[in-house]
Amino acid sequence: MLIKKPSDVSGNEITDEGTYFNRRTLLRAGILAASATATAWVYRKLNPSLKEGEPQRPLMDIAITTTRPTTQSAAGFVTDEPRTDFQDITHYNNFYEFSLEKEAVADLAARFISRPWQVSVGGLCHKPATFDLDDLLKIAPTEERVYRMRCVEAWSMVIPWDGFSLSKLLDRVQPLSDARYVAFQTLLDPKRMPNQNGGDLPWPYVEGLRMDEAMHPLTILASGIYGKQLPAQDGAPARLVTPWKYGFKGIKSIVKIELCSDQPPTTWNAVAPNEYGFYANVNPQVDHPRWSQATERRIGVGIRPTLMFNGYADEVGGMYTGMDLRANF
Amino acid sequence: MKDPGFAKFVLLVNGAIPLAMLGWDAYWKELGANPVNSSLHITGTTALVFLVLTLTVTPTRKLTGWNWLSHFRRMLGLYAFFYGVVHLSIYFAFDQSFSMPAVVRDTLEHRYIFFGMAALLLMAPLAATSTNGMIKRLGAAKWKRLHQLVYLSAIAAVVHYLMIGKLVGPKPKAFGAAVAILLGYRAAAARLAAMRKTRLAAGSSPA
Repeated sequence: MLIKKPSDVSGNEITDEGTYFNRRTLLRAGILAASATATAWVYRKLNPSLKEGEPQRPLMDIAITTTRPTTQSAAGFVTDEPRTDFQDITHYNNFYEFSLEKEAVADLAARFISRPWQVSVGGLCHKPATFDLDDLLKIAPTEERVYRMRCVEAWSMVIPWDGFSLSKLLDRVQPLSDARYVAFQTLLDPKRMPNQNGGDLPWPYVEGLRMDEAMHPLTILASGIYGKQLPAQDGAPARLVTPWKYGFKGIKSIVKIELCSDQPPTTWNAVAPNEYGFYANVNPQVDHPRWSQATERRIGVGIRPTLMFNGYADEVGGMYTGMDLRANF
Repeated sequence: MKDPGFAKFVLLVNGAIPLAMLGWDAYWKELGANPVNSSLHITGTTALVFLVLTLTVTPTRKLTGWNWLSHFRRMLGLYAFFYGVVHLSIYFAFDQSFSMPAVVRDTLEHRYIFFGMAALLLMAPLAATSTNGMIKRLGAAKWKRLHQLVYLSAIAAVVHYLMIGKLVGPKPKAFGAAVAILLGYRAAAARLAAMRKTRLAAGSSPA
């Protein structure tokens, strides 16, 4: 600020003006500081600092029985690509039961208790059963599977999951021959999942797979990451992982699995059928109606091209031969 | 207002605070797992905040009679444009890897990018003609007409924001409501003025 002084000031006037200016300068500095503080406060309210925090709750280690058998690498079980940081995997989550804001989920899910927990498996099968979580996780040895994860919002991660092929669980209940699809359901409990009080999505979240997709060795029921129990924000205590499909197919905090003969409803398809299909296979050639799917931002790395079936074309491509992937997106 | 110069200086400093804090968070790696998306979101919403504040000046001035508010309108508008340019630059550098053809393709193929681009392009001539000299050169009436483009820009900016997510979150809804109210007020005021004028004209005609 430029303060122009008159050139013809007499001696005693200078003293007076000096006092005046000092007081005024002080007042102005105060106004400036106060307004700047207020603006900074508003900015912080709108854009919270996303500091790396300590994990809110210590996570238990889980026993991994089978680790990286070399023969499995060929079948896509373990990618060599650098793994995404644990911090990022656990603080950038789409889990609308807690919040629409990916960075806000971890805090809101911090006190989510996922034990005791039961999963009912039923429908068209010989031996329907309700499993206690611990029994469920003992159905098959826990393996480490390092998968690419491609979100429909065009970002991706590499996540070392701990789990086992869903087929092991389905074999246990012995599906009937007319079971052609598998339906999944997330917990419905607005007390524990606060955003279920709102109407952002129809709750509970539901997903589905075709039988051959559900039985595919890449499809796993995951209960851990990085050798630790799955944190709540990532879908504790058990979730689905289908690495060749967009992330939203990987339904979290599963309470119910049902074998059925007809294609089951799926949440995002019900909300916006022109934007999200039942299959939701990663496909760089078929854009989302509103944005491109040709590239993705790998968290912690940068922009990279998106691969057909998220790089699992050799393993899963055969399930879709002859299908129009533009129509069945 | 006794000293608009100082008041404008206060606004100048406050308008730079979002940029300073964004830079600070970026330097200390406090923008989360996806810093590019975070910075895009922050610069975009900051531009919208300034755009809404710009549009708030005139109605508030008319409703309260605080005519000194008009001293801030230009700088608020320029800050809206400035944050829009930062927003576009981050997109150009980190989302499109400095590729002009990629930007053109993205703009033509995806409507939300098109609306974002339109919002900023519509603001460009307004920023360019924001000086006192340009007001004189264009003439007040012409200048005023040109600067009504800001209404279109605000609509495009809000549509851009509404179209981004998988779902429409509370923030884009809030900006949408704010712009709807501010433009609705203007439309209503203009209508009212036109009605008064016709009534006055009818009344003044000889009986």
